[in-house]
Amino acid sequence: MSIDLLIFLGLALVAVGAALGMLFSRNTVYAVLFLVLVMLVLAVLYLILGAPFLALAQVTVYTGAIMVLFLFAVMVLGPQKLAEGEGPISWQRPWAFGLTALFLVEVVYAFAARVGGLGKLTCATAAAGSPAAIGKVLFNQYLLPFEVTSVLLLVAAVGAVVLTRE
Amino acid sequence: MFLSEVTNQAGTFFHLVPWAVLFPVIGLVLNMAFGRRWGEKGVALVAVTASGLAFVVAVLLWLSLRAHPEGAVIQVASWMTLVQVDWAFRVDTLSVTMMLVVGGVGTLIHLYAVGYMHYDVRYKGDPGRYSRFFVFLNLFIAAMMILVSGNSYLMLFVGWEGVGLCSYLLIGFWFEYDTHGRPSVANAQAGNKAFIANRIGDFGFMAAMFYMFAVFGTLNFDRIFAEAPAVAHSHPQALLVITLLLLLGVTGKSAQIPLYVWLPDAMAGPTPVSALIHAATMVTAGVYLITRSHVLYDLVPAAQHTVALVGALTALFAATIAVGQYDIKKVLAYSTISQLGFMVAAAGVGAYVAAMFHLITHAFFKALLFLAAGSVIIAMERAHHPLPEEGGHDAHHGEDPEGFDPQDMRYMGGLRKVIPVTFWTYLIAGLTLAGIPPLAAFFSKDEIIAETKAAYPLVYWLLVAAAFLTAFYIGRQIFLVFFGQPRSHAAGHAKESPWTMTSVLVTLAALAAAGGLLNWPQPYLAAWLGHTLGEVEAAGLNPVVAGTSATIAVVSLLLAWWLYGRRPLPTPETPDPLKALLGPIFRGMEAKWWVDELYWAVVINPYMALCRLSAAFDVWVIDTAVNDAAWLTDFVGELVARWQTGYVRNYALSIFVGVLLIFTYLLWR
Amino acid sequence: MVSTNYVLILSATLFIIGVAGVLTRRNALVIYMAVELMLNAANLAFVAFASAFGALDGQIAVFFVMTVAAAEVAVGLAILVTIFHTRQSVDIDSLHQLKG
Repeated sequence: MSIDLLIFLGLALVAVGAALGMLFSRNTVYAVLFLVLVMLVLAVLYLILGAPFLALAQVTVYTGAIMVLFLFAVMVLGPQKLAEGEGPISWQRPWAFGLTALFLVEVVYAFAARVGGLGKLTCATAAAGSPAAIGKVLFNQYLLPFEVTSVLLLVAAVGAVVLTRE
Repeated sequence: MFLSEVTNQAGTFFHLVPWAVLFPVIGLVLNMAFGRRWGEKGVALVAVTASGLAFVVAVLLWLSLRAHPEGAVIQVASWMTLVQVDWAFRVDTLSVTMMLVVGGVGTLIHLYAVGYMHYDVRYKGDPGRYSRFFVFLNLFIAAMMILVSGNSYLMLFVGWEGVGLCSYLLIGFWFEYDTHGRPSVANAQAGNKAFIANRIGDFGFMAAMFYMFAVFGTLNFDRIFAEAPAVAHSHPQALLVITLLLLLGVTGKSAQIPLYVWLPDAMAGPTPVSALIHAATMVTAGVYLITRSHVLYDLVPAAQHTVALVGALTALFAATIAVGQYDIKKVLAYSTISQLGFMVAAAGVGAYVAAMFHLITHAFFKALLFLAAGSVIIAMERAHHPLPEEGGHDAHHGEDPEGFDPQDMRYMGGLRKVIPVTFWTYLIAGLTLAGIPPLAAFFSKDEIIAETKAAYPLVYWLLVAAAFLTAFYIGRQIFLVFFGQPRSHAAGHAKESPWTMTSVLVTLAALAAAGGLLNWPQPYLAAWLGHTLGEVEAAGLNPVVAGTSATIAVVSLLLAWWLYGRRPLPTPETPDPLKALLGPIFRGMEAKWWVDELYWAVVINPYMALCRLSAAFDVWVIDTAVNDAAWLTDFVGELVARWQTGYVRNYALSIFVGVLLIFTYLLWR
Repeated sequence: MVSTNYVLILSATLFIIGVAGVLTRRNALVIYMAVELMLNAANLAFVAFASAFGALDGQIAVFFVMTVAAAEVAVGLAILVTIFHTRQSVDIDSLHQLKG
């Protein structure tokens, strides 16, 4: 068992554990913090997988901006605790867990047994996912989608303002 | 309109022809908008002026035609450029002759109706309907003008349908009563009958138009007539079919066998309507149509023979029924059918001038007969039920304990003493109808009979028999109505009608008496119409035929006197003396030869049975299927709607189940 | 380095945890977080493939997913705040008026 695999398994365990923590925690603030943990782990994984720019973006955009926004929302809305598994459609909970477990089994089976052709990941060079390389592709090949994205963000900002206006 | 614009460069009035239609339209619009505010006098003034101005236009056109007999086509606007049909009026001697008749007789009858409807709306108890009547009457004049002056079959058809609509509206003018003024749907049904019978005829007309368009590629008169000889050479069957289909239209509008049954029922309309629409003008549209299409008929002898035979049979058949009627207007209705038969027969043997001549004289004397009959009826009504303004009680709605009917000749008698003007005018009109020289119809009817003698012996003998019966039934009517002793209280105390009515009667009597001068001793009408119809042989007065028919008329009148004048009926209940003489034959005449019953048994009842069957099929099969389909949809909808719980997580679960199924399928494929 | 399959299995696991969160939780905020988790799982797969094929397009896709996620969160949280103002609750099951 190589050291790479050990590191990966460790990170994966932390990520899955944090995700499950988010799934089952009653306290919304805890759930947000668990999700922040998942995202940080993912940022580390991105670094390992040769995507340093994305790793930084993950930390700043997701953990920095989006999750703070979530925390902010939690503070505004108040830490309401809801009894999961009760309510009008309590029968859905066992079905949901059963079916997702079945799906997980199928997916793991599919990746472990059926898809074998991808082989090992190459250890990426430092320059491959660097901001310079990303910028070159983004502003040449993907210039139009990039500009459209800016419009989307603008619309979202205006939309958020309009929706929360008294 | 400024005076300088009245005549155009050529010095003619031809371009004024649209005003013959526009004046009545303006009149009816004014009356429709302001009629109730203006009251009877204003309504009457507007309506009579509108009709009179239309007549003035016709007179101006006539003056212009005298100088320019070739006429003109006045195009007003494009209509359907694809089929080359325009709003174009045709000014020629034939159309202007018809316009003069329509405008002249129409205006006189408008004038008469001013007085007649004053009483009629009060007897029926709805004075507000006065303006409506004149709106319809003006509409009729406008439609009739379009009919006679259109430059294509399609435009003629526009007028044809327009007059049909007016006929329907006016027959059902008192739609909530029957002819005796009792609450009933009878008048409305009479209107429906006329409308439906005319629809059958119109089907023929329309089919003829479709076929014409297929063959000629146009509906324009000039182009069709120009191409007709060539078509007759290449497709003789096509022209035969077209002319016979047109004949079907004629039998509907001009009340010929087999579609004549609507005209007697049409007498449900007020009397001026019977005079104007169902005697003088509209019903002659069929004769006009044949005359207008004479180029086509001349090319197909088989169609001509059919037309002549239909006309002659109708003339005789209707005359026999007229002998057996008691209702003063029914006699005149069958007389009209019979006289129309004469005209159609004349058109059938190619004697178009004779047909038009008789059309004109018939318009005079038959309008006069109807108007005088209306005067008699009003006189009887006024004596029976005086209006409040004449010291009587309220308007009645037909509660007559003794079964009195103001239109039944058996309740009349001796009226010549109390309503002399009406009597004398009626007598002149009746003698004209009988064909006594030198009154107008003597010449016109003689011309028809003389023409048929040369062309078609069978038609000749049928018409002679019809002429004999004509003199007899009008003699019977005059003796029953005006001679003898009064057979009811009303007949003894009748009052003469006001001057607006009697002056019209006198004018028409003069026209009926002198109308023969149109074509005798100088064949003026023949020369005049010859500009349009081509050179026609002026038949002149055949002394043998003239003598024969005059003798027949006199003998027939004497026979009527011997039966009805020598010993007048003493009471309304006395059986008709003809009943003893003819027995079952008279029974048939009385019952109109059971034609209505025959139509009921052969056509209407089977049709109604079919309708009921269809209705049952609709209710039990189609409705059931549709309802069940709706129920099934509803049921399935109720069932499926339970899936839509409103919980977003539920929906997400559904999506996830779908993803799972697809993934599983891909995995185990 | 590790096999691509391992990374993909991790991605799938995170994704399914996100699905389970959407399906089982009643708190609308947590459901949003579960959605974010699913997006991140997809991002991980993108990065893994980009690394496996040595192409940068996968990373560009992640970049776009992040922007869309940011926009979605901004609007979604605004909607949530508005709903909370009217209903005083973040219980998603209380919003079930739209049904047959």
